Amino acid sequence: MKITVNGEARDLPAPATVDGLLADLGLEPRKIAVERNLEIVPKSAFGSTELNDGDRLEIVQFVGGG
Amino acid sequence: MTDDTFEIAGRKFSSRLIIGTGKYKDYAENAAAAEASGAEIVTVAVRRVNLTDRDKPMLVDYVSPEKYTYLPNTAGCFTAEDAIRTLRLAREAGGWDLVKLEVLSDQKTLYPDMAETLRAAELLIKEGFQVMVYCTDDPVYARKLEEAGCCAIMPLGAPIGSGLGIQNPVNIRLIVEQAKVPVLVDAGVGTASDAAIAMELGCDGVLLNTAIAEAKDPIRMARAMKHAVIAGREAYLAGRMGRKKYADPSSPLAGLI
Repeated sequence: MKITVNGEARDLPAPATVDGLLADLGLEPRKIAVERNLEIVPKSAFGSTELNDGDRLEIVQFVGGG
Repeated sequence: MTDDTFEIAGRKFSSRLIIGTGKYKDYAENAAAAEASGAEIVTVAVRRVNLTDRDKPMLVDYVSPEKYTYLPNTAGCFTAEDAIRTLRLAREAGGWDLVKLEVLSDQKTLYPDMAETLRAAELLIKEGFQVMVYCTDDPVYARKLEEAGCCAIMPLGAPIGSGLGIQNPVNIRLIVEQAKVPVLVDAGVGTASDAAIAMELGCDGVLLNTAIAEAKDPIRMARAMKHAVIAGREAYLAGRMGRKKYADPSSPLAGLI
């Protein structure tokens, strides 16, 4: 299936969860937050949230700022 | 002085200096400046994770959220919706609801859009956020933001990153006098005396970033800011002498030879 992560198109074998995607990307769930189709995905739901074709995800972190 | 703490949204802090974490050479310098400043709260931004370069250093590995209270901001947001979306993500990333709201109006001045800021504040407070709000130095809007339930009012001293100092001390004083929640000057501080002036006007604290990050020696300037905020606070509490039109000798006139 095709999804968009941080504005970039990605191909992902189905089925996939947010947890699985983060592991693929090498990201520690503790340090980030995920939005799926404009809705927050709570950290507690990373494992149970299945991704669908066409999903748009934003994965963000804290960076330096004023 | 040790018991001169201040409280934001029910949390007690002993340092009245909040510093930003932007514009530093690297996160290591940022961490050293934070340490030297004595700050207990640091502002942070929310941005996309870099998916191509995963070895990039992360802020949390240098400036620990266990040591500092992270205050996520909405820098770069120009609508209430953008700001709310950003802070919902920040709450999920950090796990707490104390946030800094700023809704800007244009790129050149980075001046806050107050109508949009007030609208965003109302929506965020309804969602349970504790909102410290960046605003103009307009006492009328400052009061509206406080009435909306903001937990701290943060008027600008001068435009963001300008280092021009406190341009309108009268308005800052008016805002301080009417407010029942903490007032912090946010933006415009260029050097230590600017921070001291803000505190002498009765502000509860100062939030700054560029003044430290763009100093030739950021660590030293961080230390200077720490002392300036303490000095300004002490001077405010001490109560300054009255201004006189003419000289008044400090040595006795009696017994002159």
